[in-house]
Amino acid sequence: MTAQPDNTEPLLRVDNLVTAFDTENGQIKAVDGVSFSLQPGRTLGIVGESGCGKTVTALSIINLLPKPAADILEGQIWFEGEDLASAPIERLHDIRGDRIGMIFQEPMTALNPVHRVGRQIMETLKLHRDITDTDALKTTISMLEKVGIPSPEIRVSEYPHQLSGGMRQRVMIAMALICDPALVIADEPTTALDVTIQAQILELLQEMQNTLNTSVIMITHDLGVIAETCDDVLVMYAGRVAEQGSVEEVFNHPLHPYTQGLLSSIPRLDMPRKTRLQTIEGMVPSLTDMPVGCRFNNRCPYADELCIASYPKMDGEDGAHQAACHHWRKIDSTLIRGTVT
Amino acid sequence: MNTPLLKVENLRVHFPVKGGILLRAAAYNKAVDGISIELEQGETLGLVGESGCGKSTFGKAIVRLLKPTEGKITFQGTDVTDLSRKAMKPLRRDIQMIFQDPGESLNSRLTVGSLISEAFDIHGIGEPAWRRSRTSELLEQVGLPAAAADRFPFEFSGGQRQRIGIARAIALEPKLIVCDEPVSALDVSIQSQILNLLLDLQTDMQLSYLFIAHDLAVVKHISDRIAIMYLGQLMEVGGADEIYADPRHPYTRALIAAIPEPDPARRNRPKMILQGDVPSPINPPSGCVFHTRCPHVQDKCKAEKPALRNLIASDGSPRQLACHFDL
Repeated sequence: MTAQPDNTEPLLRVDNLVTAFDTENGQIKAVDGVSFSLQPGRTLGIVGESGCGKTVTALSIINLLPKPAADILEGQIWFEGEDLASAPIERLHDIRGDRIGMIFQEPMTALNPVHRVGRQIMETLKLHRDITDTDALKTTISMLEKVGIPSPEIRVSEYPHQLSGGMRQRVMIAMALICDPALVIADEPTTALDVTIQAQILELLQEMQNTLNTSVIMITHDLGVIAETCDDVLVMYAGRVAEQGSVEEVFNHPLHPYTQGLLSSIPRLDMPRKTRLQTIEGMVPSLTDMPVGCRFNNRCPYADELCIASYPKMDGEDGAHQAACHHWRKIDSTLIRGTVT
Repeated sequence: MNTPLLKVENLRVHFPVKGGILLRAAAYNKAVDGISIELEQGETLGLVGESGCGKSTFGKAIVRLLKPTEGKITFQGTDVTDLSRKAMKPLRRDIQMIFQDPGESLNSRLTVGSLISEAFDIHGIGEPAWRRSRTSELLEQVGLPAAAADRFPFEFSGGQRQRIGIARAIALEPKLIVCDEPVSALDVSIQSQILNLLLDLQTDMQLSYLFIAHDLAVVKHISDRIAIMYLGQLMEVGGADEIYADPRHPYTRALIAAIPEPDPARRNRPKMILQGDVPSPINPPSGCVFHTRCPHVQDKCKAEKPALRNLIASDGSPRQLACHFDL
């Protein structure tokens, strides 16, 4: 393997992002001090359970937060040399759809039901490029063909309801990629799909990424999807980063007890049937009622006074694989099934 | 020979699709189209398939929440296919159901205590004091504090609400529970808690489960036998380990291959990705319903529907396969 130069500038660097919602119960920090970076051409997975802040992190990057309830309070989002967190909204209009594409979970709600799919894809193109209608239509049809839609010249003038779920998601992908973006944010792109269709879409995403050399942020709750598609992974818990590193390192040698718990609680096809699964006792704390210190301390088998006294900083043997745990040295990652030692 | 707990013969559930000015049935959605299967006491039968394959419809027909169009359902030797509501009532003590979304299946105006003891009221079991103490016992059995009885469903998380749904289902000490996607709406750390609870209850109460889900990894973990369903029909039935280790039907193979595995080392394994979408159950393909997506399709598959034929698995257990060929 050739050594990668270490001085490459990341495509995206998020520094200490804090995003909060105003609610009846006061201000709630859905994302509370999240930092990560993404190198060009790589895929970063963000994984976590409902309410951990993974979607809010993604929406913060392109400032698609529900206004006025939610806003970025602190932090910087460096993308291609500018800070998106402080950029004016007009600048974000230019970037969205052009430099950053989005794929959402439910294409039926993300696509406009009263417009033909071709028009919706062309809209993105015409907004960002100086292009004639004829050329836009041509580009759209060839993009539909690239994402594997049969007879694209007919499909281009159909409405979303005339397409199956898998085909609609292909249209979403075509729309996200039409301006050849540097970054694609995919928020649970296959969660609403059946498993055989999910396999098609994941394959397509990887193919497109390989041809276009796009960076991808893949948001999902499914550890399987992360393991299949991502280079790096960010495990989030209760609005913060629990662990980050390469997929191989995090899955084979998890440093955080939460990651360890997640990995060992999923039933796997090759384990003995009807045996008790490992569990993480209790449940995710409410954002209005966070435990003091480490947010995982009320469910963690390793928790002690230190964990109640202070929130742990990200730490690890090297800069690439780190966890927010005081006791990461004590975690026996061999407890995870499937670990090669 | 023992009679099986549940015996289903050639079950069909067709829904009319109405059209025209007179709203006559213009076509039929063949949600369940000729399913025969048996379930033994204490056994878990997993029923797997993608959305729209008719697995939930099958579950509801077993509980008689839907009336079958054709076929026969025998429960403990009694034909229950055409029983009236009244005649069905005593049997409802023995057949219960757990739903996917416990937030929607629990009445939000009732306290958890009354939700559970409702079953005793309906069937006239016990005195009020006994009902209260039995409710507390049930709550503890499913891992909730007895004090939960005075609270309302919305005060609980998804996982806890599913526990309430399970307490309701086991209140009358049933023999069979139809579990319709009981963990699909739950986060992974909660999903394993509920699966453990279902396994414990099965051991304690000798329950039988019909476990309906789309997640083959979950189904394989909890089931003794697995049935694979596609477009209203069974493709393959067999022991859970056998189905996974040696899938014979091309659809089963594709389903197993399509599951994203949480192990980066397995990323580059050979994959078999099915092309196309599931056809409509209103106008299913001729012959074998899977032929439009099958990588091994031959002319015979388009013309002739394969019967669900009996085979013997490598470990000697019985298996069934609906494919013309031995691939």
